[in-house]
Amino acid sequence: MEIIGSNKKIVTADTTSSLSLYRSAPALEVRLDDFELFAIDRLRVLKGISDALSRGRKPEEMKKLVDELWRVNMKHRNPSEVINKDIISHFVLRLVYCRTDDLRKWFLSMETTLFRYRFRLENADAQRMLMSEFNLSYKVLSNAELESVKGKLSQVASSIGQPLGTSDTIFFKVPFEEVPELVASRRVFLLKGYAYVAMNQVVSLVVTQFRSHLSKALVLTNRKWTSTIQEQEKGRLTPIVEALSTMYLGPDYSQPKEFAEISIKDIDQVANSSFPLCMHHLFGKLREDHHLKHGGRMQLGLFLKGVGLKLDDALAFWKAEFSQKVGSERFDKEYAYSIRHNYGKEGKRTDYTPYSCQKIIASTPSVGDHHGCPYRHFSEENLRAALGKMGVGGRSMDEVLDKVRNKHYQLACTLTFEAIHASSCDTGINHPNQYFSESQKILQSKNHMTT
Amino acid sequence: MNENLLVDLNDVISFDALQSHNKNIIVAQGDKRSDSRPAEGSRLGRASIGNPNLSPNPTQSQLVLTYLPPKGLPFPPFSPKRAKGQVAGSSNLSFFRVEFGNMTKKEEFGDGRDDMLIDGDHGKSITDGFSPEYLKAYYGMLFPHAEIFKWMSYGHDGKHPACDHSYFGRREFSFTLDNDIYLRFQSFNNAAELENSIKEKCPFKIDIGPVYSVDPAKRHAYAQAGDNVFTPVERELIFDIDMSDYDDVRYCCSGADVCIDCWPLMTIAIKVMDTALRDDFGFNHILWVYSGRRGVHCWVCDGRARRLTNEQRAAVADYFRVYKGNDNSNKMVSLIGPALHPLLIRSYADVLRGFFEEKLLCSQKLLSIEERFQKILDLIPDEDIAAELQSRWQENRRSSISKEDVNAVRWEQLKHLVQSPKQKALGVRRCVEEIVFSYTYPRLDMEVSKHMNHLLKAPFCVHPKTGRVCIPIDPEHCDDFDPTAVPTLSELLEELNSSRADVNDEFNRTSLGRSVKFFRTSFLEPLLKSCKEEMESTYNAKLQQSKNSLSW
Ligand SMILES: [Zn+2]
Repeated sequence: MEIIGSNKKIVTADTTSSLSLYRSAPALEVRLDDFELFAIDRLRVLKGISDALSRGRKPEEMKKLVDELWRVNMKHRNPSEVINKDIISHFVLRLVYCRTDDLRKWFLSMETTLFRYRFRLENADAQRMLMSEFNLSYKVLSNAELESVKGKLSQVASSIGQPLGTSDTIFFKVPFEEVPELVASRRVFLLKGYAYVAMNQVVSLVVTQFRSHLSKALVLTNRKWTSTIQEQEKGRLTPIVEALSTMYLGPDYSQPKEFAEISIKDIDQVANSSFPLCMHHLFGKLREDHHLKHGGRMQLGLFLKGVGLKLDDALAFWKAEFSQKVGSERFDKEYAYSIRHNYGKEGKRTDYTPYSCQKIIASTPSVGDHHGCPYRHFSEENLRAALGKMGVGGRSMDEVLDKVRNKHYQLACTLTFEAIHASSCDTGINHPNQYFSESQKILQSKNHMTT
Repeated sequence: MNENLLVDLNDVISFDALQSHNKNIIVAQGDKRSDSRPAEGSRLGRASIGNPNLSPNPTQSQLVLTYLPPKGLPFPPFSPKRAKGQVAGSSNLSFFRVEFGNMTKKEEFGDGRDDMLIDGDHGKSITDGFSPEYLKAYYGMLFPHAEIFKWMSYGHDGKHPACDHSYFGRREFSFTLDNDIYLRFQSFNNAAELENSIKEKCPFKIDIGPVYSVDPAKRHAYAQAGDNVFTPVERELIFDIDMSDYDDVRYCCSGADVCIDCWPLMTIAIKVMDTALRDDFGFNHILWVYSGRRGVHCWVCDGRARRLTNEQRAAVADYFRVYKGNDNSNKMVSLIGPALHPLLIRSYADVLRGFFEEKLLCSQKLLSIEERFQKILDLIPDEDIAAELQSRWQENRRSSISKEDVNAVRWEQLKHLVQSPKQKALGVRRCVEEIVFSYTYPRLDMEVSKHMNHLLKAPFCVHPKTGRVCIPIDPEHCDDFDPTAVPTLSELLEELNSSRADVNDEFNRTSLGRSVKFFRTSFLEPLLKSCKEEMESTYNAKLQQSKNSLSW
């Protein structure tokens, strides 16, 4: 891709499908303004997807939303330029988001989601063509082989609520490693290391390929960026790229800001007034059992760090509880390390960031675990009891539970927040530490009013 | 010939004497400590020190045997009929303090299976199965160092040009020592280094981690270089199943305890997982190991399994997951959809149903005790049926219905009502399966399987709390496995002492021999054979490739 100063000339690449795989940077010339404007438009799409994901939108809603976001933001006054805009904006954002691990992770996840839904919108012919572009030359199951596993295939199909289509259903035989999502959710039949993937599941294959290509490409782009581009372009592209990335970042809760410190003596009171349900629950369980499993320690520990509990206080706090159960000696040996680790004092010495709602909702607590999102992971009965303890009742309770039933866990948390604080929360809850700081803001302004 | 060397208490014996007498010492307990033992005549004890190479310092290779009466215990019964030299089959229980160079160890002798915790007069307590000194002897004589090395080398210790000689050295081992010191990122260049380090450090626990991109012991040097090159590149696919995760469905024990009534839960896990790993995923080299206390570990060692990414590992683990609950959700298993996946159908038909109906239902008295059957009734989505069964079972409390087991009878009643042809709702009919799954289906510690860098205890370690050796379990005969019959450290050393010294191979002198042999022939040999084949075929393919590119 070549960026030119001010000319309007844009060379159209010879693309065969409207959906690009972005395998290599195209030989296009791009105007500097377009470089930035296209990128911002694409960023709007990706941020929209990110918001929707964190709100736990269902696939059908996502499909509609992605379609909508794409049409609104990625249009071009000149219809023949739509494809170029797609490609250019993608490659610009690669530069923007290649530069740290977190940036790469976010970009990878959003681009993959975008690709997934765009792929679904393509027709079958285009899908097969894209498959072959990825060199996914999987063997189509022969009739004889199909016949031998037909019973199993129809069991799988009916277990996922898709009656096995008649003879025209095409199946591919694929090493199970290449379709982890389908394996994880038991949506394929497995035999001797092969997954039997139906044509309509192919999207999973393609997405996996897309993701792995993009992931590798981002690492390469990063290398190129640090070794040459950053310096070469310091008068031109570098400032734009750097500005673009800070446009996104959103609030960072790894360092407490507004409420610089909390001390151990206040912690119970603060927990009652300002912890979201997930942390309130963990905190209560810790006080009750004097123990939390790893997942719980991470979720609560990093949250407390974000809230402003200093390392020394954190050690004292955890020790006070754990030593009642395992003795202080064992605490020092087995647990203190990971607390210091969370604060970046051990191991890689990187600060760990408090978990976002998205991460907590996606976690998989098992027996004995108390971490995770109560709205997602509690039974309705337990959730009802827990909300009752938080002081939520009556209609608010019903509204919260209604959101939960529809899998809108963050909205459920937002409604809980609003019920407890008798105050609206327009931004919605995306992060436990955001819940905490919003809560503190409200409580402090109330204090100012009364005193 | 098994010669005995007769010595007196507090005699100092040189190792030369020991070796020339085939390691067995007979101690005649004279009347030297009249304050601490009965006055009548001499009693006999027997000591065997085994391999003199154990001594950390060969010049100090000598023994001091001291009689130690156990604290608070009566003296072992004295049998005046027993004369000097009559050792074999002696039911005497004697205690010796054996000072061995720098090393102090207390031994318990006698063939009486008086398994009790005995506090010695001096030093640390002796548990039945375990002590650091026993452990030292175990690592010295019984632990299969060579086999572990061979396994962890995966054929890279050979002479084939495709061998990667750095492979074993990039594997992380971690040791937990006596004083709870935890040494991570240990690595070894060869078999001798591994063996020497284990013998020297005598770890209470050896954990095995992944193979890293570089030698884990030198990770700091690489970290300073800036690039993030220190990263796990290979790791067995592992599973950890722990009985304490089943506490809500077993009533015989809880927490760390296991018994013959709840162990079938582990047998089920082995059967379900082993079949699926082989038939569904196509893995062949699978090692099942008793964790030494309350669970089992599984090591899937195929090259394909070792190279899985974290995401792929998570997918395999999730494939097995039906247990959606945590402590805050009542419904443990939810089987949705109009049909079940073949994995679940097969597991249910081949394993779960049989174990539930024939074993657990009765052994755990799941339906004969009100508080227990109530938990099962709660899983029936149709309240009328649940209420009907409840009232019927409560009334029936006292009258014995028939000679049949009441649990089995009630289970039939439940199934009859729930699965009656009148019953249209799928959720209701499905609840029989849901109950069985809830009470039997394997519960995995997901986090262990999902990440390459999770550590797992090495096979053939000894569990410090039970003294039991983490021996392999043959999945084909897992029904016969009895955790309470797994050899303990002290039993093994005892066997070693009482066995014929002319049996050369130390493994064969104890009941551990069978386990090592199983490990070797059923797991290690087929594994190494396939490693070699894989190595050759990839090497030949590469060779072919480079030939092709030359011809261009
Ligand atoms: Zn039991």
